Amino acid sequence: MMSTALSTVSRSSAKLSPARRIRNTLMGGLILLATLAVVAPLILIFLYLLREGVGALNLDFFTKTPAPEGETGGGLLNAILGSVTMLAMASVIGVLVGVAGGIFLAEYPRHPLMPTIRMISDVLAGIPAIVMGLVAYGLIVLVFGFSGLAGALALGFLMIPIVVRTTEEVLKLVPLNVREAGLALGLPQWLVIMRIVLPAARGGIITGVMLALARVAGEAAPLLFTAFGNPNVNFDPSKPMSALPLEIYRGATSAYDENQRLAKAGALLLILLIFATSMLARYVTRQRK
Amino acid sequence: MIEPARRPPSRGALSSQGDRVFQILILALASIIVLIFLLSLYQLGRESLPALQRFGFRFFTERTWNPVAGTYGAATMIMGTLLTSLVALLISVPLAVASALFVAEYAPKWLANPVGYLIELLAAVPSVVYGLWALFVIAPILGKWQTAFFLNPDNVGTITRCNELWASQQTNLQCFFVPSGAGGRGLALAIIILTVMILPYTASVARDVIRLVPADQREAMYALGATKWEVISRAILPYARAGILGGVILALGRALGETLAVAMVIGDSQEILKSLWGNASTMASVIANQFGDAQETIHRSSVVALGLSLFFLSVIVNYVARLIIARLTPKGIQ
Repeated sequence: MMSTALSTVSRSSAKLSPARRIRNTLMGGLILLATLAVVAPLILIFLYLLREGVGALNLDFFTKTPAPEGETGGGLLNAILGSVTMLAMASVIGVLVGVAGGIFLAEYPRHPLMPTIRMISDVLAGIPAIVMGLVAYGLIVLVFGFSGLAGALALGFLMIPIVVRTTEEVLKLVPLNVREAGLALGLPQWLVIMRIVLPAARGGIITGVMLALARVAGEAAPLLFTAFGNPNVNFDPSKPMSALPLEIYRGATSAYDENQRLAKAGALLLILLIFATSMLARYVTRQRK
Repeated sequence: MIEPARRPPSRGALSSQGDRVFQILILALASIIVLIFLLSLYQLGRESLPALQRFGFRFFTERTWNPVAGTYGAATMIMGTLLTSLVALLISVPLAVASALFVAEYAPKWLANPVGYLIELLAAVPSVVYGLWALFVIAPILGKWQTAFFLNPDNVGTITRCNELWASQQTNLQCFFVPSGAGGRGLALAIIILTVMILPYTASVARDVIRLVPADQREAMYALGATKWEVISRAILPYARAGILGGVILALGRALGETLAVAMVIGDSQEILKSLWGNASTMASVIANQFGDAQETIHRSSVVALGLSLFFLSVIVNYVARLIIARLTPKGIQ
């Protein structure tokens, strides 16, 4: 790196007063220490969950529902399937609206509504997940009761701004002359977008969707009063549904050892899945460059 | 990449009619974003109306939050939210900037990439997992220290004095730092876990901004015989200052809305804060802990009013952050 090379030059050529040299070394050391302090929690959390959770990640964990309070055994099948179902439903909302929003921002930059939609999408990205839970509660739960659909809606709302942002950025990376080539062949703009621009940007859009999924897969706050949780396996989106982060929350705050054990195993599974997803997304991105 | 057209597209597809339909479709889907925003505002506003009508502006200044008596004032939680977020920010910003400097300026490439990646993974860890770790690992450590404090005979005088003071709903600077329990949970633990959680947001923005500082800026300083630290403190940080500030405000937005990790460790008490180690609550933690159990309309409505305040707070904070990042960073990053 250039900066390292430069620092070697400065060290050998300049005559430094001891005070300046000591301060330079001291600050370098502090910066290294601070970096260690930043990275340490991640490693500590991972090692802790590995030690406590890996024993409980057995066949029962993936094939059984939680045992009744106070009894031992059981697994989190209900939560795993609930998470998968709700994330699939959330993706439909997130991808449809998110990709369309991204196309709108990138391909119609002169549309009068463009600045408004861009600003609101950015603002939506910062709204706390729990507030989105309250919104989905008001929209769905008050009318239809606790349901997987309400949970999926809250998660979908949270996905939209992330997908919008990445889609827009990726579409802008597609060179202008590719579009012009399409237009020169007589294609209307919408076919240029659908047949040329979107296929060229597909990898990046998939990455964005995966990152959005990884982000909302760990959210429990918006599910607390929407999906609510369910001790049984349930695929019916009009009924309460469980999710991994919900079970982790309930288990970690429970007084029973057995629930805590399941919560730790669930947390291990969840962060492994999330890390794998974001690693894969990063790998795909690097391949493209 | 583009497969050659086997047959010419039909007339309909080539006309500008198709363009108009497509644009309307895309605009309709994109408008759902605006719709979600407006619906959120409407829902939160409608449900918090009873509380806001009954208490008016006093909702934000009154300190009593008592479901039994039916009085709701959010001042304690607003204080809790601001205190936890700002203190966490104060601790995390220097650490985050230092780690960004390490990745961008000190580390060789083989180390910079993995460290940068680890810091990004820190942002991917779910809130509940942080909460679980804080509850099972950090809380017992703090609890052990607190127990040792109580068992130390030298502290008996202080503890008695503070207990008397706390009983009369008061506190002073010394007593504020005296532990009020030995469970480990409380405001201090919430601040610790929040600090860890918001580190990656400042760190990744700071790293991007520092990388964009032009090499001329560094070289000019080195040419004058400056040490590495002098280059960083006088040439790099001042140049990247605005972008880093944007990252800090983004992290603030995260901290204000952070819910479950805080709700799990803060102890959910709406009493006036008397000790750094005592139980407390934030706006988000009260929503998580009380909305499900709230039976009466006015209780429920007050909780939603907290959500509405949080909504506006995060809209403002994020808007300011984006404004700063957009205005003040050099062109080339998003």
